[in-house]
Amino acid sequence: MEAPVHASPVTLYVNGTARELVVDNRTTVLDALREQLDLTGAKKGCDHGQCGACTVLVDGLRMNSCLLFAVARDGARITTVEGLADGPELHPLQEAFLERDAYQCGYCTPGQLCSAVGVLEEMAAGRPSAVTAPEHPSGQAVPAGDTEIRERMSGNLCRCGCYVNIVRAVDDAAGAQAGAGHGGSEGGAW
Amino acid sequence: MRTFRYERASGDEAAVAAMAASPGARYLGGGTNLVDLMKLGVESPDVLVDVSRLPHTSVEHTGPGGLLIGAALSNSDLAADHTVRTRYPVLSQALLAGASGQLRNAATVGGNLLQRTRCPYFQDPGKPCNKRQPGTGCPAREGVHRNLAVLGASEHCVATHPSDMAVALAALDAGVHVLSGAATRTIPVTELLRLPGDEPERDSVLRHGDLITHVELSAVPEAAHSLYRKVRDRASYSFALVSVAAALETEGGVVRRVRLALGGVAHRPWRARTAEERLLGEPATAEAFAHAVDAELAPAEPLRDNAFKVPLVRNVAVSALSDLAARQSDGTARLPEAR
Repeated sequence: MEAPVHASPVTLYVNGTARELVVDNRTTVLDALREQLDLTGAKKGCDHGQCGACTVLVDGLRMNSCLLFAVARDGARITTVEGLADGPELHPLQEAFLERDAYQCGYCTPGQLCSAVGVLEEMAAGRPSAVTAPEHPSGQAVPAGDTEIRERMSGNLCRCGCYVNIVRAVDDAAGAQAGAGHGGSEGGAW
Repeated sequence: MRTFRYERASGDEAAVAAMAASPGARYLGGGTNLVDLMKLGVESPDVLVDVSRLPHTSVEHTGPGGLLIGAALSNSDLAADHTVRTRYPVLSQALLAGASGQLRNAATVGGNLLQRTRCPYFQDPGKPCNKRQPGTGCPAREGVHRNLAVLGASEHCVATHPSDMAVALAALDAGVHVLSGAATRTIPVTELLRLPGDEPERDSVLRHGDLITHVELSAVPEAAHSLYRKVRDRASYSFALVSVAAALETEGGVVRRVRLALGGVAHRPWRARTAEERLLGEPATAEAFAHAVDAELAPAEPLRDNAFKVPLVRNVAVSALSDLAARQSDGTARLPEAR
């Protein structure tokens, strides 16, 4: 079936499953997930790329799904909060958020979690942030800690103000990842 | 949002041809600004020509010490590039000072240069704005303008250019490769973006369909001693109130080479050539830096609520240059090992 001129067929590989859709070209990845695929974990907070509640991983990289047209991301591998757990086994970040009580209302939590997955990957890959020392060797894992995590997570707002515990949870998960001696496996985009 | 047709460009020439065929078309890169403007009703293209998959995503070494940066490269990838971090730290730092991790992963180099002002009147189609709708007036002059321009504004527009990256590129004299029709030309980034004058609707000198393919950096030895410093209302994830891109090379306490560009103060990155010229051969002291930057800022015409930017950008520039001078006098090169 040929799509009308203002709509397009796309395939998104969502949480490991190929999903074929016809989308109005105006449809964002966020709206495709929520309205067409019934994956309502990613939240529409501001819908302008300012709050981070819609954060998902696109080909291993965290992005604001509200600012991505689905048609332009045809073929992308997308991980949402629904795809973080391994069956009944929660992702280490999900465990850490529970352990640290890193949320109140929970609305921003899916975006916080997906963003944090990206943050741990970026630090393990030695990607710098604005607070990483300029002399830090490129490609060498950046140590976690409050300063790095606060800067790297600054694109995710929490109106309940749970930042203190979010930072602790991400730091716990970063420590566990470093202790396990691997750089994580969610992205592998570098 | 208005409906639009979507075309994925198969190559540079095809992209330019697709734009030429549709006066209402827009290029789509990472979309972090354009998609938002479409939601706001500021932009309403009938065709989107997607250039994000064009093969301009590398950082290539050119000739003696230069770099050729693909326009579709993400802001994150450029910031993490080892050569950029080593030879042009001001550029890496400027990129990392901008937006959030999520946005930097999506945003492209070309799109960063051509992002639109965040002036609240421009972003609200319910308000007059000479940039969005020429001839309707500029309420910002008397209205909300705390974060708008203090240099180079016109009676028609007091918008600021929001990019951090562009401020660093202005200091580095980057060249922008543009495919225009069938011809490629290189435009200095300091001339790509323009002052508002009588045509505030034009952010840049580009014409409809012109495609940025690369950004070129020549060898800039003093850029190894460079930094970007940004002041904003919160510690992270906010546009600059003011920012400074600086590079300095001293010899025996005297300024041998200096580059200075100011952000958040004008309709384009403000290359501080007056200050640079005054500093050559002068002692690398805070006093000399202050005199030079004061001369640069002498033509400033702040508005009711943004006069604070003038002393702020002066002090940030003096502290940035002073830090660069101190690092050279005590021999601390704060850079990763070359490899």
